[in-house]
Amino acid sequence: MAETLLEKVWRAHTVRTLPSGQTQLLIGLHLVHEVTSPQAFQMLREAGLKVRFPDRTFATIDHIVPTASQRRPFGDLLAEEMTVHLVRNCREFGIPLFDLDSGRQGIVHVIGPELGLTQPGMTIACGDSHTSTHGALGALAFGIGTSQVRDVLASQCLALSKPRIRQIRVEGGLARGVYAKDVILAIINRLGVKGGVGYAYEYAGSAVEAMSMEERLTICNMSVEAGARLGYVNPDATTFAYLKGRPFAPPGEVFDRAVAWWRGMATDPGAPFDDVARLDAQAIQPMVTWGINPGQSVGVGERLPHPSQAPEPDRPAWEEALAFMAFDPGRPVAGIPIDVAFIGSCTNARLSDLRAAAEVVRGRKVARAVRALVVPGSQAVAAAAEREGLHEIFLEAGFEWRKAGCSLCLGMNEDKLQGREVCASSSNRNFKGRQGSPTGRTLLMSPAMVAAAAVTGSVADVRELLR
Amino acid sequence: MNQEDVRRQITGRAIPVPGNDIDTDRIIPARYLKSVTFEGLEEHVFGDDRRQSPGHPFNQARYRGARVLVVGQNFGCGSSREHAPEALRRWGIRGIVGGSFGEIFFGNCVALGIPCLTVHPEDNGWLLEAVARQPEQEVLLDVEQRRVRCGERTLPAGIPDGPRTLFLTGTWDATRVLLDAGEAIDRAAKGLPYVSGY
Ligand code: SF4
Repeated sequence: MAETLLEKVWRAHTVRTLPSGQTQLLIGLHLVHEVTSPQAFQMLREAGLKVRFPDRTFATIDHIVPTASQRRPFGDLLAEEMTVHLVRNCREFGIPLFDLDSGRQGIVHVIGPELGLTQPGMTIACGDSHTSTHGALGALAFGIGTSQVRDVLASQCLALSKPRIRQIRVEGGLARGVYAKDVILAIINRLGVKGGVGYAYEYAGSAVEAMSMEERLTICNMSVEAGARLGYVNPDATTFAYLKGRPFAPPGEVFDRAVAWWRGMATDPGAPFDDVARLDAQAIQPMVTWGINPGQSVGVGERLPHPSQAPEPDRPAWEEALAFMAFDPGRPVAGIPIDVAFIGSCTNARLSDLRAAAEVVRGRKVARAVRALVVPGSQAVAAAAEREGLHEIFLEAGFEWRKAGCSLCLGMNEDKLQGREVCASSSNRNFKGRQGSPTGRTLLMSPAMVAAAAVTGSVADVRELLR
Repeated sequence: MNQEDVRRQITGRAIPVPGNDIDTDRIIPARYLKSVTFEGLEEHVFGDDRRQSPGHPFNQARYRGARVLVVGQNFGCGSSREHAPEALRRWGIRGIVGGSFGEIFFGNCVALGIPCLTVHPEDNGWLLEAVARQPEQEVLLDVEQRRVRCGERTLPAGIPDGPRTLFLTGTWDATRVLLDAGEAIDRAAKGLPYVSGY
């Protein structure tokens, strides 16, 4: 019978069916970072347990690292303490850590694929909701809480119920100036921020097949913003070419045998889905969020909605969002002035993202009164960008060029919005308070759109700057 | 089974937090995550929301001591931080009822022994108003019978079979259960080409 990747990977990792009816699922790769793990290690210690498969567990440090200078000890003593704990926990339990001096440190969802740790057909867990990112390579990857981090450390397993599956077919070509970020924002706008609860999303269709691995990572990253705990793209030639030669990818001829297995894990033609949704790629324009959840967005050529246009149950949420943002309903989204421009995060801080932004920035200057920063997703991305001279383009325009980390995506380090500042951001969440100021305002968009906003001083249609 | 861990019913006074899509960044803002323990999180539950609106339910004395939290749709969406349900638990919340829940949040609540029940949108609206009107009345979350009682009314409520069984059998703390699989874990791992070699 024709099966989906979800079915095949789930079965391959099933240890047993639990008395509760849930599946005990083996986790092939466990990624750890400093914020959601210290309590888990402590619980392990208190229970006298060891890490069951330390060689299937990898750690990095990303959320709290300063990005101006990464010299230890950090000025922020709490951040320093968390780092000390992570280093100590990794040493005590025998877990490899991509520390700041490794050249491999970066945002956990950037380095997993980049190092070739993330592979097709795997199950991947991490104490971080954007673990869905890794599904871009054809893995089942999902975020877990700290108690589950403890469970995976102790047993390499989780107790889970299999999700239903919705295929999202995006067909056709994307217009110039329209990127993967716009596609996923359009999907979330259409299906809603809780439309994916209980589902895994399989992204397919000619537009997705034509995407590079980095674009697919952007799409899968925001599955969780659509309510879906996991999202994936079937592994194909693009996936295999991306993995070849990466540090943790299978070497030499083993690689060819791996490809054969990976291919076999992809969804079979004619496999059944619980639901299918379709989007026309050509109809998607650059997207901008205007509210406080990632589903509240419009095309850059459109106007902000009136709450009266909202479907009944969403009306209070739209009113709350517009009040918080202090934007007039009905005004064009283009032209909204910004204070900060942030290019970074596990959604959009890979090399292709920085290239797309640099293409817009080249030969232009950051608008006066705009604070603009580029925070590469990993040390490797930073190094590759510097080899191409991208950092010079940004610096010349007036951007700050930072070290790798999560930074302004969630404001756990020094990079925060101040007061009511408006930030054009390439990250994934526009929640109230997300960027470090309780009253700060976030407009999500593609990195090229952030670059356009940075150089014009307000939300602008990047397509006009690319002409 | 540990009898203390069985969660058949939760009773207590309730606190309503209306609104949809309340994410975990709002339940506990990121700056309070800068700690290697969960201690003291209860002080910061809904920290920013409470500061911005003095009338926030978690600021109101009449809800103090509540054990049941009543919420709207998609509560706990967003970040996987277990700090969110931990903060609620440490504040005193033992059970939650609402329209729907973010999936990771729901799982984190299971891991902490906090049942989350769902009710029909109309009943959800009624319940939010009822507990705001009469905060002193007891609300019953019945995990076993899948219902919620408030005053004279009994509402049908939902909880998936798996988590319900975990609560009724007191086995929601998964570590032991998972470790019970013993060598089956190693066998499953060996069966995977990427573990054993392609
Ligand atoms: S970049 Fe942002 S969303 Fe991604 S892992 Fe870091 S904090 Fe989370």
